[in-house]
Amino acid sequence: MKAAPFEYARAASLSEVCALLATHGDGAKLLAGGQSLVPMMAMRLVRPAWLVDINEIPELKFIAVEKDMARTGACTRQCVVERDPALAARVPLLRQALAWVGHVQTRNRGTIGGSLVHADPCAELPLVAQVLGARMLLRSGSGTRTLEAEKFFSGPMATSARSDECLEEIHWPAWSWRHTGSAFTEISVRHGDFAMVAAAAQIAIDGDGRCVRAAFGLGGAGGTPLAFPKIAARLVGTRLDDAVVNDAAHSAAIETEPGSDLHASAEYRRHLAGVLAARALCEARERARSR
Amino acid sequence: MSGTLHEISIEVNGKLRKAQVPARLSLVDWLREDLCLTGTHIGCEHGVCGACSVMLDGEPVRSCLMYAVQANGHRVATVEGLAKPDGSMSVLQDSFCETHGLQCGYCTPGMLIASQALLNSNPNPTEAQIRDAIGGNLCRCTGYQQIVEAVQLAAKPAAFPLLG
Repeated sequence: MKAAPFEYARAASLSEVCALLATHGDGAKLLAGGQSLVPMMAMRLVRPAWLVDINEIPELKFIAVEKDMARTGACTRQCVVERDPALAARVPLLRQALAWVGHVQTRNRGTIGGSLVHADPCAELPLVAQVLGARMLLRSGSGTRTLEAEKFFSGPMATSARSDECLEEIHWPAWSWRHTGSAFTEISVRHGDFAMVAAAAQIAIDGDGRCVRAAFGLGGAGGTPLAFPKIAARLVGTRLDDAVVNDAAHSAAIETEPGSDLHASAEYRRHLAGVLAARALCEARERARSR
Repeated sequence: MSGTLHEISIEVNGKLRKAQVPARLSLVDWLREDLCLTGTHIGCEHGVCGACSVMLDGEPVRSCLMYAVQANGHRVATVEGLAKPDGSMSVLQDSFCETHGLQCGYCTPGMLIASQALLNSNPNPTEAQIRDAIGGNLCRCTGYQQIVEAVQLAAKPAAFPLLG
């Protein structure tokens, strides 16, 4: 037994989760897939007094594809999202990003909400949420509130969710332009590891090949996943020539503040940020053109 | 407060097993220490090496990243559950022997679970699909080539006329 002792409760419903969180507050942690929390507990980086297991709550596990968005329950497993064709058609970035997340065994347990709440700045799903402007529905005993990704991610491994709140569902905006393309790419030490730097992009063009909307972002390049709405807005109206795309990617890289560690210097990460942003934008552009 | 025991009832390799466990007991520790199913190996104990892979409700997962109490009411299959009812090796296990898909054997139970899970859902995988399926399992002996060949042999024995 490697984790420090804790009390365990398997919640059967969301209202039970809220009641347990209200009672135990800061001492309690929600246990979803456990693919990040359990290792952290094994290393005793966290020692919660209570674990509230939310794996057996049916209302937290669903995928609903609607007209202008897709909704996923927070405890929906990554493997389920990865395999859903309707979701992949409406929000393709999710499946594209999941190809880089962990391995078969971890995606079988890992959940969408767990990745977002863990808020690792190098992780793939938080980057997708930031780029698409996903909205998080949080529930506590006193009701619900919705936070945009930008407000939700507050720092490295930190979110604005209160200790009495449970992430209930995530709303992923779906773009309705016919010629929409997206792409996800990253560099990591080994495939399946957290990214050294990751880039995600989504582009929509009109019938003449002019950009009507663009969004892109970078992971591993700051304390939270980063999106660059102002730089992306400059792409609108252009034909997305390589020079324009490279200029946008370069501008974004300049804005990043990556850290240095054993694997890569800040300078190298900033270099990767520019290269990968351009790569993701170009790939998204080609997919938009071919639709 | 740490003394609380939880009742669990888990189907392991087709047999219902009941126990009382502390919440912090990992699934792999329960399988090895309490049920003496030592075929499942413990490597890193934080979800990196894949040696502890087992099937949970038919899907491969890391048993070091689950507490035993979480598996309550579920189905677990370990490497011991792969053999045929008479105790002889499965087709996949035989293939590992044939192609020399193991040396020290530490990663083997995890490799067998990962590749059996692949073959269950995809009986005719490509080499890329095999490599993806075992991508979460570390082997320091074989260089992976013979493991890939073992899975290919199990899927398509006719492609290896000199073996078997």
